[in-house]
Amino acid sequence: MDFRDTADEAEFRGALRTWLHENLPSDWADRPPAVGRWDEAFTREWTRKLYDGGYVGLTWPKEYGGGGAPHTYQGIYLEETARIGAPDHIGVIGLGMAGPTIIAWGTDEQKKRYLQPLLSGEEVWCQGFSEPGSGSDLAGARTRAELDGDEWVVNGQKVWSSYAHIADWCNLVVRTDPEAEKHRGLSYLLVDMHAPGVEVRPLRQITGDPEFNEVFFTDVRVPRDSILGNPGDGWNVAMTTLLHERGTLGFALTAALERQVFNLIKLAKKRRPDGTRAADDPVVRDRVAQQWIDLQALRFTNYRSLTSLQKTGVPGPEGSVAKLHWSETNQRLTKLALSLEGLASQLDGEGGIWDGYWQYQQLRSRGNTIEAGTSEVLRNIIAERVVGLPRSR
Amino acid sequence: MDFAFSEEQDLLRASARDYLRDRFPAERVVSLAESDAGWDPTTWKELADMGWLDPSLGLLEHAVIAEESAYALLPAPWFATVAMSWPLLDDSLREAVAAGERSVTVAHHGELTRSGDTVTGTFTLVPDLTSVTDVIVVGADGVYAVQADPDVVVARSTMDRTRRLGELRLDRTRARRLDIGDAQVDDARRRALALAACEAVGLAQRALDLAADYTKTRQQFGRVIGTYQGVSHRVSNIFVSLQLARSLAYWAAWAVSESDPQRDSAVAAAKSAATEGAVFACENAIQVHGGIGFTYEHILHRYYKRAQWLEAFEGYGREHRAAVAAAILDTDATDPEVAA
Repeated sequence: MDFRDTADEAEFRGALRTWLHENLPSDWADRPPAVGRWDEAFTREWTRKLYDGGYVGLTWPKEYGGGGAPHTYQGIYLEETARIGAPDHIGVIGLGMAGPTIIAWGTDEQKKRYLQPLLSGEEVWCQGFSEPGSGSDLAGARTRAELDGDEWVVNGQKVWSSYAHIADWCNLVVRTDPEAEKHRGLSYLLVDMHAPGVEVRPLRQITGDPEFNEVFFTDVRVPRDSILGNPGDGWNVAMTTLLHERGTLGFALTAALERQVFNLIKLAKKRRPDGTRAADDPVVRDRVAQQWIDLQALRFTNYRSLTSLQKTGVPGPEGSVAKLHWSETNQRLTKLALSLEGLASQLDGEGGIWDGYWQYQQLRSRGNTIEAGTSEVLRNIIAERVVGLPRSR
Repeated sequence: MDFAFSEEQDLLRASARDYLRDRFPAERVVSLAESDAGWDPTTWKELADMGWLDPSLGLLEHAVIAEESAYALLPAPWFATVAMSWPLLDDSLREAVAAGERSVTVAHHGELTRSGDTVTGTFTLVPDLTSVTDVIVVGADGVYAVQADPDVVVARSTMDRTRRLGELRLDRTRARRLDIGDAQVDDARRRALALAACEAVGLAQRALDLAADYTKTRQQFGRVIGTYQGVSHRVSNIFVSLQLARSLAYWAAWAVSESDPQRDSAVAAAKSAATEGAVFACENAIQVHGGIGFTYEHILHRYYKRAQWLEAFEGYGREHRAAVAAAILDTDATDPEVAA
């Protein structure tokens, strides 16, 4: 057991820190946290820098354009970029979900076609899983695809699709056999978002921002071989995607939480107009300390899961707690931050503290326990697949 | 970065499990807990023979033993001797402990006056005082070793009957002054906090296993109760809290053993989260057991009482969070990574 970086890891971390300082705008560290609204042009430019710097797909196999590095390097990358608040790669869905699924299920041709532009950010991916009538119950998907000659014809509606408004490709779960048992009638298509019949409508969230989208498919024609696995394999392919969604997410989320705890500490230490600091209130101190402890607990749980992944090839059962605990911790944190501001907590724009940063974060955090598996579904998964209780359904 | 125990440490865990399963089944633990002595003193020699009291063991080995012995609720002054006293032992005590001849606890709460080679004073809340042979008394002007003879020991009724507290009444009692400074006392405290966290992890694991076993088989309304989400989600919550606590407890043990700069915050985090987590685990395990979990006959209350003992030991969670808060809020460092 040793939590320190190895010599190689320390060298990688040092080089990355230097690279970030050289490539982010010079006043980056002094800027207040951005409210959360998102600058597409800046993100695209940043993505290109990351790619040219060799920091994209660190752990992917070299033959597909990745770095072939051990998983710890991705952990270090996420820690360091979160500490300095660096922007994400534009293709978070592709890197975290579509890409690994293509690596696991794609043909050589598909890997050659899709992976490189995904890494470079030239092509952005979105995910077509949830539907108005099937959220947690993915196997109930009703968007259908029927073969017509050498093409699938897709009709239906997906929802909660991040990045769909700028996406070039969609990994889409469709029903190809309505007669089969519901898990066996699904297929997993790779759909061109620029094809005729694809319509994206932004969905405004409680923050007021359109971060997610509805996507409508009307007689969209998809080449017959734009499929991962065989027709009917859709459920198993989708499980690969979700495994990656929940597995690789832990580090990213914890890194984001570290940034947020850092912001909370900064806020608590700030002198208010009357000269007091929230950090002098013993109740606040207790709760801020608890946030710091929750953060460390998540960090070391990720390390434990990562060690298990490296030694055995599969993440340990402890990995399943990361998203669940992170989401609830982040909700507590953002509420705590707002509560330090008194009635000023209700100002959400200029003139508010940090121009409405915490107001946005607090509202956004309500989605944390819903997206990527609701807390209820995650608790079912832990009970049934990890603890081994009988299935509830 | 490597978050795994070594092969030798895994073997130690396996042999500890075998021994405890064989020698300390629940029925025996209960009968010992209900006995006057609270334990079987021949146990001590068995622990020595297995090497559990060997001076060569490091804190990570102790972490493994703490977790496994708490899982079995082993009644023996192992925690007092190894978790609390270890850095305070002089060579003669260390050798006698390793041979299984002596066992030691630490007395903190009281005042001491010295006269020649005797000491006088009353110390309260001394763990396992009635089980050990020797006591290390930490007084304002020095640290002394005294023998835990019956004339200086008063038993106190304690909720956790497997780890009782006693009162030490020294009256011109012969004492040996130990060459111990503040650094060793601090080190002993850190070790005790880290190992209390590891014990708490063992308790929570047992509570989880009991809850899982019961909810897999108990039927109501024609169904196994583990299929009801109101029940199964409580079990999931125990699992989550246990995994987080385990990560912190191992981190703390590692940080203390390596004198890592973050060790004080690590033990504070681990101690508060793991002991509160063990109490949480036991309370939820009792709830999913329904009426049977509330009976004296069921083993759960004994785990619950140990969990509460650990939560109270060397400060409740809020006191440790206050220490963390001082480290992250009262310094100039703003980065939570480098602060604390």
